[in-house]
Amino acid sequence: MTEPAARRRRSVVLVEHLFKQYETAAGPHPVLQDINLQIMDGEFVALMGPSGSGKSTFMNILGCLDTPTSGRFELDGHDTARLDSDRLAQLRNRFIGFVFQGFNLLPRVSLVENVALPLVYAGVGRSERLARAGELLERVGLGQYLGHHPNQISGGQQQRVAIARALANRPRLILADEPTGNLDTTTSHEIMSLFDRLNADEGITIVLVTHEADVARFAHRLVRFQDGKVSHDGASAAVLQEAPA
Amino acid sequence: MIGAMLREAWRAMGANKMRTFLTMLGMVIGVGAVILMLAIGQGAQNLVRQSIASMGSNLIMVLSGFTSASGVRSGSGSIPTLNVADARAIGDLPTVAEVAPLQPGTSQLVYGSSNWSTMVYGTTPPYFGLREWAIERGDPISDLDVRSAARVAVVGQTVVSRLFGDEDPIGKTMRIRHAPFVVVGILAAKGQSFDGRDQDDTVLIPFTTAQRKVFGAQFPNSTRMILVQASSEADMPQAEADITALLRERQRTPEGMEPNFTVRNMTAAAQAQAQTTKVMSILLGSVACVSLVVGGIGIMNIMLVSVTERTREIGIRMAIGARRRDILLQFLLEAVIVSLLGCIVGVAVGVSLSSLAQDVTGVYAEITPWSIALSFAVAAIVGVFFGFYPARRAAYLKPIEALRFQ
Ligand SMILES: Nc1ncnc2c1ncn2[C@@H]1O[C@H](COP(=O)(O)OP(=O)(O)O)[C@@H](O)[C@H]1O
Ligand SMILES: [Mg+2]
Repeated sequence: MTEPAARRRRSVVLVEHLFKQYETAAGPHPVLQDINLQIMDGEFVALMGPSGSGKSTFMNILGCLDTPTSGRFELDGHDTARLDSDRLAQLRNRFIGFVFQGFNLLPRVSLVENVALPLVYAGVGRSERLARAGELLERVGLGQYLGHHPNQISGGQQQRVAIARALANRPRLILADEPTGNLDTTTSHEIMSLFDRLNADEGITIVLVTHEADVARFAHRLVRFQDGKVSHDGASAAVLQEAPA
Repeated sequence: MIGAMLREAWRAMGANKMRTFLTMLGMVIGVGAVILMLAIGQGAQNLVRQSIASMGSNLIMVLSGFTSASGVRSGSGSIPTLNVADARAIGDLPTVAEVAPLQPGTSQLVYGSSNWSTMVYGTTPPYFGLREWAIERGDPISDLDVRSAARVAVVGQTVVSRLFGDEDPIGKTMRIRHAPFVVVGILAAKGQSFDGRDQDDTVLIPFTTAQRKVFGAQFPNSTRMILVQASSEADMPQAEADITALLRERQRTPEGMEPNFTVRNMTAAAQAQAQTTKVMSILLGSVACVSLVVGGIGIMNIMLVSVTERTREIGIRMAIGARRRDILLQFLLEAVIVSLLGCIVGVAVGVSLSSLAQDVTGVYAEITPWSIALSFAVAAIVGVFFGFYPARRAAYLKPIEALRFQ
């Protein structure tokens, strides 16, 4: 059912025979072993799997924060192995938006400036930066907190700020590694409906890692990791019904 | 972008004020020391330059040795080996423009209830020209004064203030070794000589008067010194040689024997002094520069700590699109700002210390614009140089490693 759609759309992520191993004191530690995955423009993918199965490692590679040991990784049609650090930084800046479990806002910086930060590196002027950051905060429901600092608001609010920041340069891909991991159920659902809208209304591709089935249910496709391999890949609703997380 | 980075640098410095202050302190001390040392060095050099200028040009001093009546050399109280005829003969040399015999002596001056001990020189009218010494008010010593051994005196500025206070000395009678002298002129101020004496603390009287009425009349025509001006700067070496040859002949100094007089090139002596002063000020400046470098190392130290502390922040910035050069520039900017701020404060400290040193110790310190410019240049270089390594280290962190850093 995804097949015809996939053929029509562009491939945002294409991973072939991807391996990743860490060199540890105890010798090489293989984490990802022959991952093959294609994610099309506009998909909403949930990544699940037991702790230590390599989900975060995989997400970091997708986000060009880390490099695979071997294998091919194409982002938006670019072979990332061929890109230099500036080009990768530019992809992180324009094409990707990150949302982390721990929010990762800069503590000493006001919310509006946190959101405006990606625009700084995109070379946008100050007044335009602040205007756009203000709009984004408005959109995630935090329009009245522009001058606040991260430690003055709740975790759920901080995650909204992080999402606003991720959206600053109108990315095509949002990578979210356990974005609701530190949040209560109600707040989690609020955050997830935010993602849902971004995917539905703007067609932004979303890949998110989660342990919770009710969070994963927001996604349309579910990929399961097991010991560094993809153990299942399919429509999320069906999987979640037969094997609740 | 630079604006955002400046704001960021300011915020980072504000976040740890104590540390920023201590880092800046290193720069402040370094720059302060450089400014102070250069000021003192410059002051000393200026003094020497002034005193050389105040000395007169192309001067050669001939100093007499001493002989006893038997012709054997001995100490003081004996007969000087030079006389007025020698001076006249030197004056006739083609390489010599002008001569003045000089008879020095320390004397007690008395005027009313005040007294003052100073150097009194007996000399002739050409002396004023040789030394390029103007008369501020009144008259110099005249040929008539010399011929008649008149009891007249021309006084220096220090003597005026020490002996006469607020009174006008012209026409007043003072006593030199109990003999009354009428003050006829006041010398213009000259300041320090290159060897540090106060040239204004002096009294000039006619040469003949000094010989006959002040310093005793045992050897009426002898003189302790002859001041000579060569015809030109180029003639200086030849004039020296000519004077030596002439005096050896007049004194019948045998071939190969040390002459019983000394010929000294005053300009060369002064230039040697100037060279010494210059070396000293370079030395002072270098020592101060070392403290500037130490301040720079302090900046590097703190920046390294700062990079480590902010590793996670660097990771976040990289994750949202900062390029290496953005991170590099940010930390470099911070180092340069700290060192430039330190430099500004350091210049202020250096300037105040210099004027304090001048007031308290009497050392002449002169701040020059170029020493301030130099400090800023060095501070900027130090900031870039010592900021570069930590900044580069930050910029070359792997994004994921920076982000995972706890
Ligand atoms: N920097 C690292 N060095 C060595 N081993 C690592 C490193 N990061 C992760 N690992 C290991 O890789 C495996 C997968 O980790 P991770 O990708 O974080 O899993 P997940 O996110 O699915 O829980 C784990 O066994 C973990 O210990
Ligand atoms: Mg994980």
